Amino acid sequence: MAKVIVVTSGKGGVGKTTSSAAIGTGLAKTGAKTVVIDFDIGLRNLDLIMGCERRVVYDLINVINGEANLQQALVKDKRVDTLFILPASQTRNKDALTQEGVALVIEALKADGFEYIICDSPAGIEQGAMMALYFADEAIVTTNPEVSSVRDSDRITGMLSSKSYRSEKQMEPVKVHLLITRYSPERVEREEMLSIEDIDDILGIDLLGVIPESQDVLSASNLGEPVILNQESDAGKAYQDAVDRLLGTPRDLRFVTIEKKGFLSRIFGG
Amino acid sequence: MGLLQYFRKDKPKKGTAKLAKDRLQIIVAHEHSSFDVPSYMPELQKELVAVIRKYMDISSHDVKCEFNDRADDDMSVLEVNVTLPKNK
Ligand SMILES: Nc1ncnc2c1ncn2[C@@H]1O[C@H](COP(=O)(O)OP(=O)(O)O)[C@@H](O)[C@H]1O
Ligand SMILES: [Mg+2]
Repeated sequence: MAKVIVVTSGKGGVGKTTSSAAIGTGLAKTGAKTVVIDFDIGLRNLDLIMGCERRVVYDLINVINGEANLQQALVKDKRVDTLFILPASQTRNKDALTQEGVALVIEALKADGFEYIICDSPAGIEQGAMMALYFADEAIVTTNPEVSSVRDSDRITGMLSSKSYRSEKQMEPVKVHLLITRYSPERVEREEMLSIEDIDDILGIDLLGVIPESQDVLSASNLGEPVILNQESDAGKAYQDAVDRLLGTPRDLRFVTIEKKGFLSRIFGG
Repeated sequence: MGLLQYFRKDKPKKGTAKLAKDRLQIIVAHEHSSFDVPSYMPELQKELVAVIRKYMDISSHDVKCEFNDRADDDMSVLEVNVTLPKNK
């Protein structure tokens, strides 16, 4: 059974695209045919993060409007055989993203044998974000340990339970997962940052993973290589753990407490 | 900067995370309760006032409408309270 998974948040800049790329890549690496769809119409970014920007010819809106077929628009990843991306349009306006259009695209992807359809949502609660979440079976609510992000995550969780296809058809609700990103155990220790427990208390969503704040995320985007492909990196490993949990394999949380430091760095607070 | 100041500056500023959590808990609880209130409530209140005014002399503040939709109940309650002025 194909699964539609939306990566959403309400707030912008919290790591949705980074997470969509990483988790999509991780799922595809298991051999499952996976597509990541960029719903950020007008602000295409996923192609850059996945490093395939120069191979984009057609986009999601072209497919919806019948100007290109799915096969023409899908960009195949160069590293993982079973991974594809469906880019966002850079030029059209958001109204082009109709519910009927999105339904047709998702049906076509399912018919084509895709097992995971990852929807990278734009920020906000407008048309683009609502269309990204409408057909979701599962949702990954991406949250930074910061007040506005947590509040927006709560809002978007409400939307998932009231404005999705599953809610409107009174089916089993969208399965919602919490992904905390840009977590800094040092700052949590100093009580400057909301902790995992704090966020859990407020949102009450099942925790899928915690991705530490990491410089490797920027270098990964510079290279156009999803950070999960860098298994030297804490962020890459944390994304791999999240993918494993998504697939049902329990994994202990890592990188959520302060690393033991050497004597010198301890007294100098490095 | 004196040595003492240096150490003081380095001292962690405790507790802002705690305040963040408290504020979030309040706002999130508030938003949950207000999202459940149907959007027609103000209109309903106004119309009720108009109907009662046909028979009694009341002010618009005398009619209080409250909508309760608790997750643990399987029904919603619309509570309407009308305070009537005495001896009129
Ligand atoms: N774990 C992380 N550590 C450090 N920087 C991160 C992390 N996750 C995301 N970022 C950075 O945050 C910014 C926004 O990320 P992005 O995935 O584009 O967010 P969104 O899609 O939600 O707008 C980018 O500059 C990205 O490099
Ligand atoms: Mg994005």
